[in-house]
Amino acid sequence: MLEVRGVSKSFAGRAVLTNVDLVVGDGEVVALLGASGSGKSTLLRLIAGLLTADSGDVVLDGVVVNTVPTHRRGVGLVFQDEQLFPHRTVAQNIEFGLRMHRVPVQVRAARVTELLTLIGLSGFGDRRVTDLSGGEAKRVALARTLAPSPRIVLLDEPLTGLDRDLHDQLATEVAALLRSTHTTALLVTHDRDEATVIADRVVDLSDL
Amino acid sequence: MQHASARSRRSQRPNQLPRWALVCLATPAVLLIGGFYLWPVVTLVLESVTTDSVRRALTDPVLRRIVWFTTWQAVLSTSLTVIIGLVPAWLLARYEFTGRRTVTTLVIVPFVLPTVVVGAAFLALLPDSLDQSVTAILLAHIFFNVAVVVRGVGGFWEQLPVDLVAAARTLGASPQRAFRDVTLPLLAPAIYASASVVFLLTFTSFGVVRLLGGPANSTVEVEIWQRATRLGDVGVAAVLSIGQLVLVGVAVLWFSRLQRRRRVAFGLRPTNQRRRPASGRERVLVLVTAVAIVVAVCAPLISLVERSLRTGTGHSLAAWQAVFFGAEPGSARPTGPPVDAFGSLTVSLRFSIIAAAISVVIGGSASLAIVALGRSGRLIDVGVMLPLGTSAVTIGFGLLITFDHSPVDWRSAPWLIPLGHALVATPLVVRTVLPVLRSVDPQLRSAAATLGASPMRAWRETDLRFAAPALATGAAFAMAISLGEFGATSFLTRQGRATLPIAIDQLLARPGAALHAQGYVLATVLAALTFAVVGVVELSRRSGASRA
Repeated sequence: MLEVRGVSKSFAGRAVLTNVDLVVGDGEVVALLGASGSGKSTLLRLIAGLLTADSGDVVLDGVVVNTVPTHRRGVGLVFQDEQLFPHRTVAQNIEFGLRMHRVPVQVRAARVTELLTLIGLSGFGDRRVTDLSGGEAKRVALARTLAPSPRIVLLDEPLTGLDRDLHDQLATEVAALLRSTHTTALLVTHDRDEATVIADRVVDLSDL
Repeated sequence: MQHASARSRRSQRPNQLPRWALVCLATPAVLLIGGFYLWPVVTLVLESVTTDSVRRALTDPVLRRIVWFTTWQAVLSTSLTVIIGLVPAWLLARYEFTGRRTVTTLVIVPFVLPTVVVGAAFLALLPDSLDQSVTAILLAHIFFNVAVVVRGVGGFWEQLPVDLVAAARTLGASPQRAFRDVTLPLLAPAIYASASVVFLLTFTSFGVVRLLGGPANSTVEVEIWQRATRLGDVGVAAVLSIGQLVLVGVAVLWFSRLQRRRRVAFGLRPTNQRRRPASGRERVLVLVTAVAIVVAVCAPLISLVERSLRTGTGHSLAAWQAVFFGAEPGSARPTGPPVDAFGSLTVSLRFSIIAAAISVVIGGSASLAIVALGRSGRLIDVGVMLPLGTSAVTIGFGLLITFDHSPVDWRSAPWLIPLGHALVATPLVVRTVLPVLRSVDPQLRSAAATLGASPMRAWRETDLRFAAPALATGAAFAMAISLGEFGATSFLTRQGRATLPIAIDQLLARPGAALHAQGYVLATVLAALTFAVVGVVELSRRSGASRA
């Protein structure tokens, strides 16, 4: 369970987030709606530990993690522009988090195969990520984040920049994927339709 | 009929420069490269590389030790330079802080300095116990070459998306792990490229090793000079020269193949991803690193100036007065022929102006010819670049043994040294001017033609007009190169015609604190002159950029 308690953040004197409270229950998928520049990405980065809040607490499973470094928080993040590692293959990208957690090789391989099947890209393991289409890259990015089974998955505008048909198809797929893996997730988007398709609950950032 | 064929021949190259003009443009470069580069290299091979000299070179245990030393010091210098260079590269690529521009400039400064000045600065900085040691050579090599890594790797690092590291961190990678598994592999092509440049520069290092190495630490370059000018063993020196030339050529080819294979194509962002240090720890880290860079660059230069002022009892301007006003320094007991310190300054200035003039005329006209000739200009392009892949020592050596007998006994000709300098500088003039000329839209010339300009006139009004600032930059670079040139000059120098680097080397090699102080005075002057020349270029470029 994720709790955000009274978090504020400002950049160079400009307040981006002021006293934000938010709760995401176990297995829940919450969508956070907000216009661009409203601090959605900043909130995700604060939760992931990539940024430090000026005040307030980030609480995971009842423990305040403000000072826990990113790599020990167990928070997954799907970046808006995927940020796949260009020097590694599809399989190596998905496997990365497992390697960091010292998962044995055989277990890793099995998990990669399972995830590739789950995202409908079986047999893509040896492809270079620079050769993937936009939709394929999004799927691989999601699989990479899910691989080490993080406590919560954060998705930063994961479907932006895709054409309409692909966008709608992927929205349904992501929704199904998060449900089937019982993933706790927090999605930020500016698209209300996308939010209602993927999430159990939609929250407006301006209401927080 | 004749009239028609003349017209059709003309219409294939409408509005182009006449052929005779192209020939005129290409001729100086062809003469320079053919007469003063290719011929000397061929002479080197034909006259001196005999079965006897090859056999002696291959069986000489001293040479084997020298080749081994040259190689391992180059490998070690390169590794250390890359590791140390990554620190300023990281700092400048990732952080925004007050004084960032100053640090950026400072990091480049050592690379601009003549090798003799770098050698003198470390002689001044290091305690006597480290003189003539490998440590001194390594430190000077790192100091000199870090700029290559900062430029090459830092420029790439700046464009590497910061979120790739963030992604690795969210997947459970510690900062160290993220650096090792993501940043480093992605920087690898840039690191290899910089490392290969540093390796070539340190493998063929001459000035630094001459000043800091002492008799025990001789590199191949120093040994060539030693054998050719001191021991009179021209044969073995020539074998070494040619061997090194071949080796460097093979290394360059190998490096460029390695790089092609290592290249990873992916989207870089030319956006500014720098940020101010966020946490207190980051602030301290940035501050400490920036201060360390400033100290590392300034310390050798400051001690250079300090040593020029130092006397047995304290500090004074005695050495400066001795150089500029000829006042006899008190305790000097000259051994060997006197060194005309002030004379070397005037000689260097004169030579640098001649060298700049030669290389601008030849490099400029060659660039124009290369562009105008299109595909067939490639040969000239490659030819002009040849001296760049050749060590200055080999160039000087070749000139020395080629032009030492009639009818081409030009050893005492006052233009031979500046010509050698021009040979080294011309490739850089071409590399400065060519991109500018290539960027000129040929439509401009067509526009001029439709307004009534003849091909010659149109070309003068467009190409030449655009090339002028680049030619000025090239001239300044050529001057700076000539001022600091040591390798080729070491072979061609004659009594009474020593340049600044030669005089610095002579003064620092003699016993006597007063002479050493004069050597440091000249090194300070040479550093200041080089800064002045390069600084003017940088300033004019900045003002040009802000006007555009």
